[in-house]
Order: sequence, then C-alpha cells, then structure tokens
Amino acid sequence: MLDDRDRIFRNLYGLGDWGLEGARKRGSWDGTKAILDKGRDAIVNEVKASGLRGRGGAGFPTGVKWSFMPKTVGDRPHYLVVNADESEPGTCKDREIMRHDPHLLVEGCLIAGRAMDCRAGYIYVRGEFIRERERLQAAIDQAYEAKLLGKNNVHGYDFDLYVHHGAGAYICGEEMALLESLEGKKGQPRLKPPFPANMGLYGCPTTVNNVESIAVVPDIMRRGAAWFAGIGRQNNTGTKLFCISGHVERPCTVEDAMGVPLRELIETHCGGVRGGWDNLLAVIPGGSSMPLIPAGSAGCDDLLMDFDGCAKHKSALGTAAVIVMDKSTDIIRAMARISYFYKHESCGQCTPCREGMGWMWRVLTRMAEGRAQKREIDMLFDVTKQIEGHTICAFGDGAAWPVQGLLRHFRPEIERRIDEYTRKADVDAVRVAAE
Amino acid sequence: MAKIIIDGTEVDVPPEYTLLQAAEAAGAEIPRFCFHERLSIAGNCRMCLVELKGSPKPVASCAWGVRDCRPGPNGEPPVVNTRTPLVRKAREGVMEFLLINHPLDCPICDQGGECDLQDQAMAYGVDSSRFHENKRAVEDKYIGPLVKTIMNRCIHCTRCIRFSAEVAGVPELGAIGRGEDMEITTYLEHAMSSELQGNVVDLCPVGALTSKPYAFAARPWELAKTETVDVMDAVGSAIRVDTRGREVMRILPRNNDDVNEEWISDKTRHVVDGLRTQRLDQPYIRDNGRLKPATWQQAFGVIAEHVKAAGANRIGAIAGDLAAVEDMFALKEMLSRLGVQNFDANHDGAAFNPSLGRATYLFNPTIAGIEQADALLIVGSNPRKEAAVLNARIRKRWRTGKFPVALIGEMADLTYPYDYLGGGPDSLAETAAGRDIFADTLRKAERPLVLLGASALTRKDGSGVAALAAKAAVELGAVKDGWNGFGVLHTGAARVGALDIGFVPGASGISAAEMAMPGTLDVLFLLGADEVDVPPGAFVVYVGTHGDAGAHRADVILPGAAYPEKSGIYVNTEGRVQIANRASFPPGDAREDWAIFRALSDVLGAKLPYDSLAALRQGLFKAHPHLQRIGQIAPGDAADIRRLAAQGGATEKAPFRSPVEDFYLTNPIARASAVMAECSALAERRTALSAAE
Repeated sequence: MLDDRDRIFRNLYGLGDWGLEGARKRGSWDGTKAILDKGRDAIVNEVKASGLRGRGGAGFPTGVKWSFMPKTVGDRPHYLVVNADESEPGTCKDREIMRHDPHLLVEGCLIAGRAMDCRAGYIYVRGEFIRERERLQAAIDQAYEAKLLGKNNVHGYDFDLYVHHGAGAYICGEEMALLESLEGKKGQPRLKPPFPANMGLYGCPTTVNNVESIAVVPDIMRRGAAWFAGIGRQNNTGTKLFCISGHVERPCTVEDAMGVPLRELIETHCGGVRGGWDNLLAVIPGGSSMPLIPAGSAGCDDLLMDFDGCAKHKSALGTAAVIVMDKSTDIIRAMARISYFYKHESCGQCTPCREGMGWMWRVLTRMAEGRAQKREIDMLFDVTKQIEGHTICAFGDGAAWPVQGLLRHFRPEIERRIDEYTRKADVDAVRVAAE
Repeated sequence: MAKIIIDGTEVDVPPEYTLLQAAEAAGAEIPRFCFHERLSIAGNCRMCLVELKGSPKPVASCAWGVRDCRPGPNGEPPVVNTRTPLVRKAREGVMEFLLINHPLDCPICDQGGECDLQDQAMAYGVDSSRFHENKRAVEDKYIGPLVKTIMNRCIHCTRCIRFSAEVAGVPELGAIGRGEDMEITTYLEHAMSSELQGNVVDLCPVGALTSKPYAFAARPWELAKTETVDVMDAVGSAIRVDTRGREVMRILPRNNDDVNEEWISDKTRHVVDGLRTQRLDQPYIRDNGRLKPATWQQAFGVIAEHVKAAGANRIGAIAGDLAAVEDMFALKEMLSRLGVQNFDANHDGAAFNPSLGRATYLFNPTIAGIEQADALLIVGSNPRKEAAVLNARIRKRWRTGKFPVALIGEMADLTYPYDYLGGGPDSLAETAAGRDIFADTLRKAERPLVLLGASALTRKDGSGVAALAAKAAVELGAVKDGWNGFGVLHTGAARVGALDIGFVPGASGISAAEMAMPGTLDVLFLLGADEVDVPPGAFVVYVGTHGDAGAHRADVILPGAAYPEKSGIYVNTEGRVQIANRASFPPGDAREDWAIFRALSDVLGAKLPYDSLAALRQGLFKAHPHLQRIGQIAPGDAADIRRLAAQGGATEKAPFRSPVEDFYLTNPIARASAVMAECSALAERRTALSAAE
C-alpha cells in the first residue's frame, strides 16, 4: 500500500480547499520558477528518468513523447493539448483531479509547456463535464490573477492556457480526433503519419497528454525522478489513480502504487468483492476497451495492476478503470452492452469499424439470449480480427478486444446458453404443435 | 529519389510518393474506394491496406508516404508486400464489411457494369454471406435534379463530400450522424447548386449517386462510346458520348490534364435531352409568313433566287457559337466565290480582330498554365459561369496557397475569395496605371495572369477595353519572356476557330451589328446564330439544328447537324485545336453543315472544290496550317499584345456585365433541354430566395 507521504493527489476526495490557497498549502506552485528555469532539456530528462508512462491508456513514456517535439521553435508555434475528454466507461480519475485538485493540472501544463517550448495549452474537457470545466476554469482564472500564467507572469515564461469544452463524443478522446474537434471540425481521427509532434493542432507541432500524466509532473519535478521511479516496478513506475467500480463493497477512485496486486487493491480500498473473493467472475482491468481477465489462479489471483502485469494476461492497464464483475453478472450481456456502446460511438470513417461494430453488437445480443449458432462464435472472433488493426485509430482495436476477451475466456458459457435456448425452443415448438 | 522494395521488385520513386503510387510504379495494382488522384486523401475505406515490413499492422497505402517508411537496420530499402496472405485477408475482410450492409441490388442498379464495388468484389469477395442480421436501410435524399441518390448503396467513401468541398468549392455535401448511422446528405436536403455537381456521379464508386436524367435509360455494355470534345463553352472539355443506336444516351468526361482534367460542367453532361427535342429535321421555306416543309431542292432554289437578285455587298453571313471550323470555312469559301465580304463570327459585337495577331484573342497562359500563375486579375468575367471547369482550375491553384486574386467587373461568388477592385474600365485603368494595391501584387508576382472576359469586349468601347487590359498585362509584367499571362476567356466554342480562319468582315465588309441593321442586307446567312436580332427586310437563311430564335426569324431553314452528329474541328479558348468525332447521325433529312454548303454552292454557281470532308480539310489545312496539329496550341506572339496595348482607345464608365445570365441556357441545344430548364428554374428560385434574405 502506498505510503501517505508518497501521495500526489492529496485532495482527491475534495475534503480540502480546491482553490489556489488550498493547493499552495498542499505544495503546488512551490518553486515553479526554479523548475522552469532548469530549461526544457532538464525537465524532459527528469520526466524520462522518472519512467512516467502516459496515463491515458496506451502507456507511452511521457518524456519520450515530449522529446519528439522539434528542438527549436520555427515559424510554427508549439502547442500543448491536454486530453480531458475522459469518456472510457469505468474511468473517473481525471474528473476528480479537475474537480478537487485542478491546480495540479494547471501547474503541470505550465511545466510541460515549458518543456516543449509551447506558447499555449488547450485543455479539451469532455462535454458532459460541466462542473469540472467550471472548476478548472476557475482555477485557471485564479492562476492568471495571481500572475502564475499568461503574459509577464511571475515565472518569466509566457504561457496561456485555455479550456475547450467538447460536445460529448467518445471518439474525441482519440488524440487526432480531439485535435480535429478542437479545430472546430467533425471529430474524426486523422491519419498518422504525420504525427502531432510534427503536424498537430492547426498544423503546428503539438503534444497531446492525458490529464493525469500532466498532473503528476509538478511532483516529479519537485521530489525528483528517483522518488517517482522508486515507486512501483521497473518500467511501471510511480503512483496511479485506480477507479474501481462494479461489484465491490465500496467502489472508489484511489491512488496507489503501480503494480499493486488486484486483490490487495480491491480488498484494501473497496472492502473486497461483493460476496467475497471467490464470488469474483472477471475484471476488466483498464476501462471497457480492454479484454476482461477471468477470476482464478490463471487470471485475477496473481494479477499485478500495471502495464506489464496486465499484458501478461493478454489485457492492458488502459486507464486503470477496474470493472469488477461477480458471479451474478451475465457476462455475455455485459459484453453486448459494451459492444453497443462502441457501435454507438464509432465515428463511421473506416469501413471495418463502421460496419463491424453493428455486426458484433447484433451477434452478441443474440448470443446473450442464446439465439445463435455455435459456429457463429468462431465467426464473431474472425470478425473482431478483421476489425482489429485495420482502422485509422485504435477505436477499432478497443472495441474488438473486449469481445475477444469474452470469446477467449467464456466460450463454454456461450455454448451453454445456445444449447439451453435450443432446448427450450424445441419444447416450445412441441407445445405449439400440440395445441 | 527513394528506393523501395515492392513485392520483391526494387523501384526508385520520389520520396513524396505514397505507397500506392509506388506500388503502381512497380506494377502492383492496389484496390481502392475512397482514394482519388484529384481529391485529398481520406484513407477511410481501408481497401488499399498493404503489409509494410516492420509495421505491426497493415498500413493504408493511399496515405502512407514512401518517406514515412523506415529503412531496415542496415539501411536496406523498406519492404512492402501487396500480395501476401495477410494483405489478402485484410482486404477480404474490408470487402465483407462493405458488402454486409450493401443491398446487392446490382440488377436494378444503374451503376451495374461500371461499379468499382462489383469489380473489386470479383477479386476479394466471397460467394456467400456470414451476416445474418437485417441490413441497414437508409432513406434516399433529394439533392437536386441531376443526382439521384440510393443511399442504401453508399459505402461512405466521402469522395462526393471531398469533391464538393475541394474541387467544386461549394461545400454542400456532408455526412451527418456517426458510426453505421452516418449518412451523406445536403443540409436539409437542399438541391446542390454547383455547376460541377454531375461529377459526383462519376466519382461515386458504387450506385449511391447516379445520374437522375439517365436513370434506368441504358446499360453500359449496350452503348457505343465515342471520344469527342464538348462545345457548351469555350474550354473544349474532353468528353465521351455514349450512344445506343443513333440516340445519344449520355455524355461523360474524358481525362485531359491540359484542359478539363476529368471534370465537366453540368451543362456539358446533361444537355443530352436537348439533342432530341426541338430538332430541325427537314428544310422549311417561309410562305405567306408561315414556315412550310420543303425539299432540299426547293429550299436551294429559293435561296438561289434571292442570292442571284442581291449584290455581293448586300449578302452577309453570321456564325454562331456552336459551328465547327469546317462549316464556317465552307460557308466563307462559298460566299467569297460570289464576292461577298460580309462575314462575322462576333455576333455579340465583341471587338476581336484577328489581324492584330492570334495572341490578342487567345487564353495565352493556357488552362494548365493557371497552376503556374502566382497572381490573377479577372477583368469583366465570371469564370464560374462562363467556363465552370476552368474556374475549378483557378480554384485548384488558389487552394495550393499564395494566389492573390482580384476582380474588376460584376461581383459574384467565384468559389474562392478575391479583392474587388471595381466594376468598370475606370478601375482597370487605375490598375493598369499601377495606382492600386493589387497592381503592386501583380508586379511583384513572377507569373501574373490577366484574365479578360470576352464579354467585356462586346461593349461599344470593346476595343478600348481590350487595349486597356492588354496595357495592364504588359505594364504589370504579365507578358514577358517565357510567360504570357494575358488570357482571353471566350464563351463560345466556335469563336477562336472562326477568328483563326478569318470569319470576320473583309476589307470592305461590315460587322454583325451593321448586318443586323434594317436595310443593309438583302440576304443573310445565319450559321447557328440564334443570339442575333435580325429586323424584317433581309431574306434570312438559317442553317442550324434547333427551332430556336434563328429558325423563327428564318425565311429558309436548312437543317444541320449538332456537335455529336458530325466530325468537326473546334479551337478552344487557349487556341488548342481539337477534333470532335461523330457519335450519331443528324435526324431526318438534316445534313452535316459543310455538305449543305457544298450542295448549295452548286446551285448558286459557286461550286466548292471538295466532295468529302477529307478534301475540305485538306483545303482548310492548306489555308490555315496550324489547324492540322490536333490537340496542340500554336502559341500567339507576345508582341501582338504589346501592339494591342499601344493601340489605346476610349473607354466608357459603365461597369462590366457578365454575358451569362443563366448558366444553363446559353445555347440552342441547352435551351431545348428540359433538364437544363429545370436546373435554370431552380437556380432562379435560389437567386430569388437569397435576394429576399
């Protein structure tokens, strides 16, 4: 369990003051000028050394991403874009940061902006986050008032920060679609390459980072990369916000060290699985787009909650949104519902995603009832494989994986249900015939 | 150049090439739906996936650049495979996805037989479906009288959206909804207003957008295809006329990078039904004020009577906008033998004088040259209406950036922004004298272009305007070594050819305007000239195709052949000599115009010395050798423009007016077309609506 001294998000539950005063008491905005004065290379190297990996889902090393930005500012300005379009089902960590500790993010933006010579930062807030946006805007206003941001601020580094409010499309959380949306266009992912570090917002070098990745930067800079790297395991360093939802006694968002065992995580912070650990059916470790991991010795029992730990079980940490499902769950219906979500949120650009989402959802819906053929299980797996990796953005992968996870681990359940349905159908048919 | 290995063959291609282009260079064919050479890259159909060594996923070859590929560890060229099982599997998967919600109604689809999806399904489709759900149903949209939609068939390639936003410059099409509910439509199902909208039908790889007037008319394999050129405007777009039997069924664009790329205007495409209606199919003679059917002999007899009674100086001929060079040449030869000098093809009174040199009436920079220009001054023209395809070329240049445009004349939406300098010759004089800001822009430009609308010369002060525009071009550096940026944009397809063969008043001849004055002539030949008002008095012989204004005024009508019904030479506004081929035959007793004159000349006692079109062309080429170089431009001499500039002349204050008030009804064929009439009515309503706002 994470020591209280190592916590970064010290006002995660909003018990203290969210504002500038409260943030200052918690250590924010302390010595920021000194950090900025270290220069961009020092900041980037420090973040690299901390081993911080992107908290948005893909887990790309943040420092390395920053180093992709052009070394000098040419005739195009550099931009920092913060992805606060937190829409992944099960994930509720960025909204807590924006609600209760927005200054962590604001200060992080300034430091990240300095590290990439950005002239301005844009925070793209999810459409449904009304209060979060207001709180964040209020924090930025406080920072401007205190001359912490903007032109001629006390830090000697001119940097503007804007909040942009999205319209609530899941796909706008994909970095390229986010940039399109930010530019005022329809939120559809752009083709890569060119990558945003080369041609991003308005065609200028841009880096898109998750809220949590940015919010931990000030603490890394103040307490040193070694401190951060000392938490967790190698390649999976630092602390992480876990959002545990579903069939646990007390669902919560909590900060813990990377690599914490799933069981410990659930039992320490959430009061355990509803009905005990043995009542666990499966967990989705990283938000709805990741394959589920079944309970048992080959699954959840030894699952370490970090990037490599989840990968070992053919899943991924994603946003660390742990969705816990106990044995009362109709796992097929659950996956059909997730499929429906992806069908609803597909932008419709690429053929496999546009056409495949509806297909998967329809087949799964039938399977949930058992109204399907057993050969369709293999066909469905084939369909997910035809979507995966064949689209512009990772949405297609993220929609195919949960279905693959289901088919990989719960094939007997599907077959059982089909059999049951067939059997009942026969009985009904006989009854109808008899009447 | 960059090396790349495609399917085991190493090729050397420019690094800015995409993998798709590189694969084509290596001879590997890549299927595609969304990709189109002349549109931006969308990369969304995923049909063109290829395997790139080192990349974990197959990549979209239409969007991946050769320079984006990483070389091997020892600097080996990147390796791309287009035929591996992985690629095949990926493409088959995409094809399956495309087909699951496609209605597969090929037997009742107008695209059948020329459908990309059909063709690709032959290569990548399977014979049965694994999709057992209900297919998606999408409501058909109304998007205008020219494009029919069957939206169930749409595969969301977005080519039509990109075309209307990028090429046509009227971004009316868009996608609403997302995911599988995405639908292509116009805003609230408004009719599209672009003059180039018909091209979306060609672009659509499936049968979602088809041609409304051509709906269920014919199958592609029933049609005889004739490659020819268009005469609806002076651009001379390359077209293909598809006929079944002797009936023209449809007109499609051909690729000609120098002229129309692969677009044609809606008038070019949909004038087809005008070729069937209102046709003159036998000679007529006016008897007691009424036109009565007659035989050719009778008609010729009446003409001979009147011609013999008239003196040579009281006979004249005016050529219209659709006449082929041969027709005008034969007419001129015939009448010249009788001593006639009164010829004019400038029926609108435009001050073009071929004796000043060819450069003074050509679009010297050439249409393809627009893309090299770096500043543009439009004088007295609305290129969008006068030459829609050429306007698309200007827009294409503007889209690449750093292309200031200014306009003197009537304000209009040209699909690109411009600086408005004023309405009339005074503003032009200001610019020519270098007194406004744009003059500086032109002067600083390396290859400035001055586009002069032909209509600006139809005014009384036409020659003064021409001289002034030439002066502007010369003074502001548009005419220099290696670049002649003085371009005249004609509206009539016949005009440049007529000027080339000197179909203008001879030494003692009179102009069209004078010919049309009461009492000047006894006999007037109108070769498809319907835009001239001839007062009572003269005996009018109308040689043409449609019962339009000219035929109403005529005393004798000789039915001629429309452009798809004869082989003829047309010279476009750049001076490019192009040959139109015969696709069908003139209706009834109608004959090719040159043959009419050949027969008439015999009756008039001025027999023309050729019995075939080939012989006529020999005579024509002998007199005007540049006309035999088909497809080429004999460039004008830049010195002519300097001479024109020096000529000077008074100008008036009145602002320039565009000659094309109604884009859809500019010639007799278009005026006979019901489709064009519908478009015209729609455009008028739109104008009225926007005026009311």
